Amino acid sequence: MYSKLNTCVLQGLKGNIVEVETDLARGMPVFNIVGLADTAIKESKERVRAAIKNSGYDFPLSRITINLAPANLRKEGSQMDLAIAMGILISNGVVDYNTSQDTVFLGELSLDGKVNSIDGALPMIISLRELNISKCIIPYDNREECGVITDIEIIPVKSLKEVVDYLNKDLIINPFTRVENPSQKENYYDIDFSDIKGQEGLKRALEVAAAGGHNLLITGPPGSGKTMAVRRLPTILPNLTLEESIEVTKIYSVAGLLKKKELIKERPFRAPHHTSSSISLIGGGRIPRPGEVSLAHNGVLFLDELPEFKKTTLEVLRQPMEDGEVNISRINASLSYPSEFMLVASMNPCPCGYLGDPLHECKCSQRDIQRYLGKISHPLLDRIDIHLEVQPVKYDDLKTEINGESSSQIRDRVKRAREIQLDRFRRDKIYTNAQMSNKLIKKYCNLSPSSEKIMAQGFKKYKFSARTYNKILRVSRTIADLAGERDITDSHVLEALRYRSLNINQWG
Amino acid sequence: MGKFSEREVLIWLNTIYVNNSSILKLLDYFPDIREILEVDSKLLFKLPGIKREYIEKIINNRKPYSIEKIFERLGEWKISTITCLDEEYPDSLKYIYDRPAVLYYRGEFLEEDVLSIAIVGARKSTAYGKWVCEKFAKELVNLGVTIVSGLALGIDAIAHRTALENGGRTIAVLGNGLDVRYPRRNLGLYDDIVKQGVVLTEFPLGSQPLSYNFPQRNRIISGLSQAVIVIEAKEKSGSLITAHHAVEQGKDVFAVPGNINSIYSSGTNKLIKDGAFPLLEIDDLLDEVVTLKDRLLKIKRDKIDYSELSETEKKIVDTLKDGPVHSDLIAHRTGLDIATVHSVLTILELKGIIKELTGRTYSIS
Repeated sequence: MYSKLNTCVLQGLKGNIVEVETDLARGMPVFNIVGLADTAIKESKERVRAAIKNSGYDFPLSRITINLAPANLRKEGSQMDLAIAMGILISNGVVDYNTSQDTVFLGELSLDGKVNSIDGALPMIISLRELNISKCIIPYDNREECGVITDIEIIPVKSLKEVVDYLNKDLIINPFTRVENPSQKENYYDIDFSDIKGQEGLKRALEVAAAGGHNLLITGPPGSGKTMAVRRLPTILPNLTLEESIEVTKIYSVAGLLKKKELIKERPFRAPHHTSSSISLIGGGRIPRPGEVSLAHNGVLFLDELPEFKKTTLEVLRQPMEDGEVNISRINASLSYPSEFMLVASMNPCPCGYLGDPLHECKCSQRDIQRYLGKISHPLLDRIDIHLEVQPVKYDDLKTEINGESSSQIRDRVKRAREIQLDRFRRDKIYTNAQMSNKLIKKYCNLSPSSEKIMAQGFKKYKFSARTYNKILRVSRTIADLAGERDITDSHVLEALRYRSLNINQWG
Repeated sequence: MGKFSEREVLIWLNTIYVNNSSILKLLDYFPDIREILEVDSKLLFKLPGIKREYIEKIINNRKPYSIEKIFERLGEWKISTITCLDEEYPDSLKYIYDRPAVLYYRGEFLEEDVLSIAIVGARKSTAYGKWVCEKFAKELVNLGVTIVSGLALGIDAIAHRTALENGGRTIAVLGNGLDVRYPRRNLGLYDDIVKQGVVLTEFPLGSQPLSYNFPQRNRIISGLSQAVIVIEAKEKSGSLITAHHAVEQGKDVFAVPGNINSIYSSGTNKLIKDGAFPLLEIDDLLDEVVTLKDRLLKIKRDKIDYSELSETEKKIVDTLKDGPVHSDLIAHRTGLDIATVHSVLTILELKGIIKELTGRTYSIS
């Protein structure tokens, strides 16, 4: 009358095995769950009872005790329903199953006995594989998502009855494996770079930023096409590699944002509204969930109207940008989520937006402008490699300009540049030029004497800081990679100098 | 009497002290001014708006030798003349009220004199006035601007002297004949200006520095200039008349603010109160006077040394010749790719040939 099954709970992105022990004893019919379970699990009693009954099995009239071990681990989520129900059925003798330690049951039950999909299936499977679990019974709807993990047997099930029949060997369910390799298929976008008329400078800056993973700040009056251009940025980013894809899918799975319940193939593009709080950006909650910075992992975080964000909200971005991961501590848990994203920000030059616009008058006072620009702190600006100012496109340009390059043409160049970088940084544990530390800059960004001279001249002319100096070197490296050249030449440095971040005090 | 040209007749009229406005009226009445030498006296007296004394002067002096004598004397003094009938007559004077019909000058007009600023001020000046005058005159000269003033003592003299010392051009407009050396103290300055600029007047040889000549000549000072700077002036001062003329001619007036206790600044402070631009630094002037700014730009453009530029650099500089252009448009017009445009723009900026304005717009610096 005792059984023991395995299931899984998540802590951040890490899955832990939880044993579900079931004991049926004589006595008054009660149903107790012990072992630090949260509300969703306590409520599972009702789901389990109804699901068993509605699947055509008897619910045992005895004293049922479920223990979730280890008892000190806080458990949350509805994925334990299946393990609890199966524990009862095994103990009751409905299922003739020799409990095996290397099988894990995941799934939420509905009252009619159907197995519903769960959040965080992929990170659980990945952790379980590392914990030497060889077989997983998962909801049918989660199969696409979990299918990328090949060295673990995945049994997708649709209902409680199917599980019972499968374990009784009345039904054969083939382990699910997916056939196609996600990174080989080109993504399809219904937007394209060729939609952007004119704005050659902006397009070039986006290309350089995409190639080197550089953070980018775009300033310009309303209607200059900032947002439109940035929305097309994902179309020129190289496809996610399988590892990256899995990392991204894990996060989305945990956050419950996996709409299609399959592996994410497109680079994430997150554009939180400027009323977002710091918690929504960084992640948090009683049990911390990933925020926008983690949801943008391996992709783009686009902050439109940067100065409209609360100052404190912007400042919390600094640490995740620097470390590539974000640590969130709460009473119940201290977790870390990855946050390697490319920051793209756009802003107007002043509150009304028309400062420097040739066609409109700016109505802002100098004080308004200072206050507006003052919201963006220097430490944040320091982390932005490329700064670009744009002007609205004139109607004539819209009409006469021949179509520019398409996204796929640009993406090919970006891809090549990224491959060069991956090859260069094999041993350095980074992927892009933007991540180069000062030491690596010294190693990989050697300047010829003539380029040194240009830098010295630029240093004098533009009076930039040592940090800006390094930024220019990083961007020069990317431009050289885009050109497919091994050494940084004068023209690369000169172009990089164009994209240097401006001193905010010089605006206006 | 048909052996004289029209311009010679004008000079003759001027020399016999027919006043300027009467000469202009006669020019209106006679399509060919030479007729005046032969026309019936009675008809002359009937001309409206011209005083009887001038008509009498004309009738009494209608002798060929009197005209010939004038040019003999001008030749002795090596004085050149220019009349409103001549092609060389300065554009800047053509449309001012009561334009001078005849100008006598020594020295040489150059093309760059089109770009000129008047600096005027009190005869008696303070140390502050001297300092300010030297500062602005020097800065203007360095920009290639010709300094126009009145060769009076004080600020005028300082302005002329500073221009000369800095190798610049200067024009002195006198209120007397060129043979009358006034003021005596500026004799040396007069000679120096003749070598390095122009000394100019509308008054014929032998005219004395009469007090009412000076307000009249002030319209020429402001007329020749794109703007007038008043360095120091008392509340009633000739400089304020110059400022007044400038306003009438549609020129900008700049006044240097001073201590409110100083009587030498009371005039300039009042000018500011009445709407003149306070001149705190030379950029104030460059920002306001569009023609000056454009001209300076053009002069600079023409001065760019193309021999040191590469082909692409030349191409890009050419697109900027007509004013500021956005980098996208530069790429579009030159047909170069944007990466090249960006790097060449940086080279040009480092060389100091172009500069970046707000929003990725570039102009020749």
